[in-house]
Amino acid sequence: MRTRFQQQIEELREKLLRMGGLAELAVDRACQAYTERDLGRCQMVLENESLINAAEREIDELAFDILATQQPAAVDLRFILAVTKINADLERVGDQAVNIAERVMDLIELPAVELPVDIARMATAVSAMVRRALESFVEGKAELAQAVLEMDHVVDRMRDEAFIMLVRKMNDEPQVTQQALDALLVARNLERVADHATNISEDVIFWVLGADVRHHAQSASVSPRTDTREQ
Amino acid sequence: MASRRKGLPEMTTTSTAIVIPPISLWRRIVDRAMTGVAVLTVILVLLPLGAIFAYLIYKGIGSINLAFLTQTPKPVGEPGGGMANAILGSATILAIASLMGVPLGIGAGIYLAEYGRNRYGDIVRFVSDVLNGVPSIVIGIVAYAIVVLRQKHFSALAGGVALAIMMVPTIARTTEQMLLLVPQAIREAAYGLGVSRWRTTLSITLRTATSGVITGVMLAFARVAGETAPLLFTAFGNQFWNWKLDQPTAALSLQIYTYALSPFDDWHRQAWAGSLVLIVLIVGAVSAVRIAVRRGTLAGA
Amino acid sequence: MGVGITVEQLNAYYGKTQALFDINLNVLANHATALIGPSGCGKSTFIRCLNRMHETIPDARVEGKVRIGDLAVYNGTSATQLRRRVGMVFQKPNPFPTMSIYDNVAAGLKLNGFRNRKQLDEIVEKSLHSSALWDEVKDSLHKKSGASLSGGQQQRLCIARALSVQPEVLLMDEPCSALDPISTGKIEDLIFQLKEQYTIVIVTHNMQQAARVAEFTGFFLLGKMIEFDKTEKVFTNPSDKRTEDYVTGRFG
Repeated sequence: MRTRFQQQIEELREKLLRMGGLAELAVDRACQAYTERDLGRCQMVLENESLINAAEREIDELAFDILATQQPAAVDLRFILAVTKINADLERVGDQAVNIAERVMDLIELPAVELPVDIARMATAVSAMVRRALESFVEGKAELAQAVLEMDHVVDRMRDEAFIMLVRKMNDEPQVTQQALDALLVARNLERVADHATNISEDVIFWVLGADVRHHAQSASVSPRTDTREQ
Repeated sequence: MASRRKGLPEMTTTSTAIVIPPISLWRRIVDRAMTGVAVLTVILVLLPLGAIFAYLIYKGIGSINLAFLTQTPKPVGEPGGGMANAILGSATILAIASLMGVPLGIGAGIYLAEYGRNRYGDIVRFVSDVLNGVPSIVIGIVAYAIVVLRQKHFSALAGGVALAIMMVPTIARTTEQMLLLVPQAIREAAYGLGVSRWRTTLSITLRTATSGVITGVMLAFARVAGETAPLLFTAFGNQFWNWKLDQPTAALSLQIYTYALSPFDDWHRQAWAGSLVLIVLIVGAVSAVRIAVRRGTLAGA
Repeated sequence: MGVGITVEQLNAYYGKTQALFDINLNVLANHATALIGPSGCGKSTFIRCLNRMHETIPDARVEGKVRIGDLAVYNGTSATQLRRRVGMVFQKPNPFPTMSIYDNVAAGLKLNGFRNRKQLDEIVEKSLHSSALWDEVKDSLHKKSGASLSGGQQQRLCIARALSVQPEVLLMDEPCSALDPISTGKIEDLIFQLKEQYTIVIVTHNMQQAARVAEFTGFFLLGKMIEFDKTEKVFTNPSDKRTEDYVTGRFG
């Protein structure tokens, strides 16, 4: 039993979870800021970004350290590779939250208008995806991650609908183009977050099953083989 | 020492640091005393050897001259004469003994080490140890019974046989020990090359153990070279030159025995000289073999 | 050229103790196959069955079929004939201590009755080149004993000695366990090159080493072969829980 090694792996897991919490919080805050036109929440998102960046660096360093000193194999090796990739995705999620916050700050300065897009509903779906992806990571359950992959299609459709509706709105009422454009960008940013959640899920499946499900590499057979993780 | 230890960082993580006390005076005294005892015992062991050698030189060197080394003994009363025939006789008898005893002993040693890890080997080992303890005079009687009685007269051959019998157990047991010291890995290396077992034993194992085996042979040789008892009724002794193996033959040890027991001062002196010559010859022979072996050894081996 | 090895239902015993249970294995020609597992799991016993070295131990015996190329190992082939075709490198370097470097390499041929001096010279040089030792010893071939070399050099000398009889299979029983990392690296590079001409079976405690040099890896535990697969599979995503526990260090 390599006790110290197991401790390091556990530390890495915890750090990534904290990072995931930060990223999730940033998206939620940005979306709330959108619906409530809340400048304060926008500020919080911007301030939090440096925390996320610092967390990203910390995780990379620890993963690098483990790789260099412990020569992990099999499930541990897959875990660390997955963590580094999930780490990068989470950092991008944080960036998207910042983008959304910036759009919201722009919107707040403009007159409020009724827009034919349900950002709140989309935000709910997206943050559910991020949460589920992180849950699948915590539990090490490929089935949970698989569910996230399926949700991605739903969010994609929402984004497409938002595009069509908002473009039509811009044509009909050119005076609200600015607001519509901002909303469209927020929708696009949210869809990006969903993509990152999808990537995270794929990495979790790779870690748990050792199967690569990216870009439909192969039809992933999600059979429960979670026993490999028991320690 | 104690003062130096202060500068060292603390080794233990617990608060109860282990304090190693300085080496006490008593322990230092015991240490010195034990070293002294060891040196003393070495001196005690070497002292008799040195004393014997010194005394031999003191008593014997005066009687050694060219005549002693080249002439046969003169009858009692006649001054001069030497032990040349005895030197030659000893050499002959030892050569015969070595020719018979060394191959036999090494062969037995190989058997014991390589094939004798069983009941039969144990029996051979036991017999060999018993043979090692048999008084030399008894071995002389055996040689008398199996060679002299059959030939109807004493001979160098009979003497050689007696000494050979004495050499075998020593050589066999040391050869066995030396072969057992050769790591199994060396044998496996040879087997792994497709070398057969007997070939491995002769060309690899025995060769690796050469210097040890030679030590055993030299030990046996030196031991029998000075033997007198087994030669008394085998080689018997001879006052004249003898070149035939089947005739009574002089030997240095016999000559020393005879001369030392005689009532004549002149012969006593000759006995001392003979003893010195015998020891020098043994030391010389053993050293010569050692040097020859070392010459053939490679650097680093 | 190397030949493949087929093992069917191999059982090995030390007296009454069974050391190997029903081993079945196919080793591909001209590939390196690594055997890993905790101490006492039978992996060394297994490769010693491949060249019948196992039976040199008193009371040891073997049941089952082993084929090396077209040679039935336990059926009508003499052990000495077999061992000329299956070279072996041991855990601790074991050069013949009283022999020169040259004689160490030439020993296998000389002791088998090969006397052609000129050809011997050529084979010794070729073998030492193959084991990447030639440049370091060419000036002291006859002057120095094999035992005077450093540990890493001694092991490469032993590899040269094994290669000199031109085997088809090279068995290596933890060849680097007594060596420093630099020497280990040299031997690993060597294994990589030797694969082109020989079939290599290597027992190792160093899992990273197995991962580096071998295309196939077998995991042994308590005398049984638990898993045998492509090396990358064994080290990234093994099928058996016990293999996973071993390669990740959770074992025991």
